[in-house]
Amino acid sequence: MTSQGKLIQKLAFACIGMFGFAFALVPLYDVFCDITGLNGKPSLEQAKVSDTIDKSRVVDVGFITHIQNQAPFKVSADQAVISVQPGAMSKVVFKAKNMSSENRMMQAVPSVSPGLAAKYMHKIECFCFNQQALEAGEEADLALMFYIDTALPIEIEELTLSYTVFDITQSGQMGSSQGASK
Amino acid sequence: MNSITQENNDSQEQIDQMKTQEGVIIMEHDDTDTEHHHGPAKGFKRWLYTTNHKDIGSMYLVFSLVMFLIGGSMAMVIRAELFQPGLQLVDPHFFNQMTTVHGLIMVFGAVMPAFVGLANWMVPLMIGAPDMALPRMNNWSFWILPFAFAILLGSLFMEGGGPAFGWTFYAPLSTTYSNDNTALFVFAVHIMGMSSIMGAINVIVTIVNMRAPGMTWMKLPLFVWTWLITAFLLIAVMPVLAGTVTMVLTDKYFGTSFFNAVGGGDPVMFQHIFWFFGHPEVYIMILPAFGIVSSIIPTFSRKKLFGYASMVYATTSIAFLSFIVWAHHMFTTGMPLAGELFFMYTTMLISVPTGVKVFNWVATMWRGSLTFEVPMLFAIAFVVLFTIGGFSGLMLAITPADFQYHDTYFVVAHFHYVLVTGAIFSIMAGVYYWLPKWTGYMFDIALAKWHFWLSLVSVNVLFFPMHFVGLAGMPRRIPDYALQFADFNAIISIGGFAFGLSQLLFVAVVYKCIKGGDKVPAKVWEGAEGLEWEVDSPAPYHTFETPPKIKD
Repeated sequence: MTSQGKLIQKLAFACIGMFGFAFALVPLYDVFCDITGLNGKPSLEQAKVSDTIDKSRVVDVGFITHIQNQAPFKVSADQAVISVQPGAMSKVVFKAKNMSSENRMMQAVPSVSPGLAAKYMHKIECFCFNQQALEAGEEADLALMFYIDTALPIEIEELTLSYTVFDITQSGQMGSSQGASK
Repeated sequence: MNSITQENNDSQEQIDQMKTQEGVIIMEHDDTDTEHHHGPAKGFKRWLYTTNHKDIGSMYLVFSLVMFLIGGSMAMVIRAELFQPGLQLVDPHFFNQMTTVHGLIMVFGAVMPAFVGLANWMVPLMIGAPDMALPRMNNWSFWILPFAFAILLGSLFMEGGGPAFGWTFYAPLSTTYSNDNTALFVFAVHIMGMSSIMGAINVIVTIVNMRAPGMTWMKLPLFVWTWLITAFLLIAVMPVLAGTVTMVLTDKYFGTSFFNAVGGGDPVMFQHIFWFFGHPEVYIMILPAFGIVSSIIPTFSRKKLFGYASMVYATTSIAFLSFIVWAHHMFTTGMPLAGELFFMYTTMLISVPTGVKVFNWVATMWRGSLTFEVPMLFAIAFVVLFTIGGFSGLMLAITPADFQYHDTYFVVAHFHYVLVTGAIFSIMAGVYYWLPKWTGYMFDIALAKWHFWLSLVSVNVLFFPMHFVGLAGMPRRIPDYALQFADFNAIISIGGFAFGLSQLLFVAVVYKCIKGGDKVPAKVWEGAEGLEWEVDSPAPYHTFETPPKIKD
C-alpha cells in the first residue's frame, strides 16, 4: 500500500476509534464518578451493617423529594432533617401516595449533595432499590435504612439526600426512557 | 463564483444542445479532452462533478456565505423580538427554534465550511501541490452539505417545528422534551460531521504527502500549520459528536437510557460528552483564523512574522489543552472542588499560548511599514476584538465568578466576540486578501472600506452592551426580559440590524469583484510572500502541475 493509503487508513481508524470512544465514555464516566463522587450518585446495592459508631460528631442529613414531569405522586419524608452519628443506623419513613385514579409504577432515583458524600451514604434498605407499585389512590409507607460511613470527611457537616420520583407506568420496567417522556 | 461571461454561457448552451444531439460520442470526446486540457467543464455539471480544489473551495465559500445570511436573518428575528420587553413578534417556541438553528447554522454552516473552503483554495497553492490529495472525496464532502442543511432547515417548516433545545442540545431537552423532528436534527448533524471528517482527512493527507520538494515542516505557511492541527482536532472530536447525537437518537426513539436517570443514566453525562466535543470545536473555529491573520499581518507590515516557531508551538499547545478544559462549561453542575479548580487552572493556562500569539502579531506590526488595506483593517480589528473576547473568556474561567456569569448575556457577548469579530472577521480578512487572486480583479476598495467601518462600529454596538446586561443578570435564550434591560436591548438590536445590513455590502463587493474590476498582477499585495502569489491572477484552473522550487 502506498504511504498515502496507509495514512488514510490510520486516519479512518482514528475516526472509528473516536466514535467508539464516545460510547466508552459512558462506562468510563461511571467509574470516574465512583472514584471521585462527581455526580452524587449513591450506590444502589444493599450495604453491610457498620460495626463502629463515631460518637464524636453528628452529621445533619436532609431529605428532599422532587416529582419529575408532574407525575401524580406525592412523596415526602416524615422528617425533613435528622442528625445522625456516623456509623449509627437510622430509619426514615417516606409517605408516598398515588394521587391518580389509576394503578401506577413509581421509581425513585437518589442523589446525594455534596457529590463527594455519595459514597459514604450506605443504604441497608431503600425503596429506590426497586420499583414501587401504587394502586389508584393508595398511600404507602416506604422505608429507608441507612448509615453514614465513619470515614466521611470531617469538613462535611451536613448532606442532602434527594429523591427524584419518576412515573414509569407505561414502560413498566427500568431501562426505558419512554415512561418519563410520554 | 462563476467567472464565465455571458457570451460563454450562450456558447455553452449550444454545446449542451450538441451534446444531447450527439450523445455518447461527444461525451467520450470530452473525457479524453479533460485529460490533457486545462479548462473546467462547462455548465452546472462542472460544479456537480468537479474534483478541482479551486472549484470546490469556491462552492464551499459561496455555500457558507448563503448560510451566513440565513443564520444572520435568524439573528435578526431574535433581535427584533428582543428590541422591546414583552412578547411581540414571535411565539417563544419559535424564538427557541431561532436561537437553536442560528447557532447550528453559524457553527456548522457558516464558519466551518468557510474555513474548509479557504483550505481547499489556499492549502494546495501554499504548499505547491497540484490539487488536494483526495479530489473525489473532496467533491463528496462538499455535496453532502447542502442536503444536511436542507434537512435541518426543512424541519423548521414541519409540524412541531425545528430543534428548539439550543445548539448544545442538552439532554433531557433534546430527549424527553423535544418533538419528533429531533430525528431530522440528528441526521443532519451526522451528515455535517461526515463532511467535516472527510474534509479533515483530505487536508491532513494533502499536507503530509503533497508538499513541494523543499517545503519542510518549518517552512509551511502558518495557515497550513493551523489547518493541519485543526484537521486533527476535527478527526478527534467530530466522531464524538456523532456518538453523542446517536445516544440522543436511541434515548429518544429506541428506549435506551444513556441520559435518563430513571433508567440508570445521567443527564449530566450528556454535558461531559458534549463538551468533550464542544470545547475542541471552538478551537476548530478559531485556529484557522489565527493562520489567516498570521498571513495577512506580515504582508501589510512588510516584515517577516515575528516568532514563527513559537506560533507553531502555541497552536499545538492550544490544541492539546483544548481536550482537558471541557468542564469549564459546567462549573454550575455541582462538581467537586478539586474538579472545579483543575478546570479553572487548565482553562486559564490556555491564555498563555494565546497571549504568545497576540504578542507575536503585535510584535510583527511593531516598527513595520504599515499600510491599511482592507484585509489588514479586518486583521487588526481581529487582533483587538478577539483579545477582548479572550479576556471575557478568562473572566468566565474564574469558577466563583462564573456562577454569576453562567447562562447570561455575558456569555453571549464573550462567544460572539471570539466568533464574530474573531472567526468571521478573519474569514472576511482572508476573503479580501485572496479574492483578487481568485478572480483576477481588485474588489471595489471604497465599498469594502464602507463594509469594514460599518461592520466594526455596528458589531461593537451589537455585542459590547451585552457584557453589561449579562453582568446585570439578563439570562440568555429567553424571548422576554425584565424592564430595566429595555434601553440596552434596544441599542443592541439597532447594532444588530446595522451589522446585518452591512453584510449586504460584503455580498455586493464579492459579486462585483467576480464580475470585473481592475486587473491585478500575480503578486496582488506588494509585501506578500508565499507560493500563492507566484501563480497568475486569477489563479489558473490547474496550478503547480510541476512542483515549484522552494526558496530558502
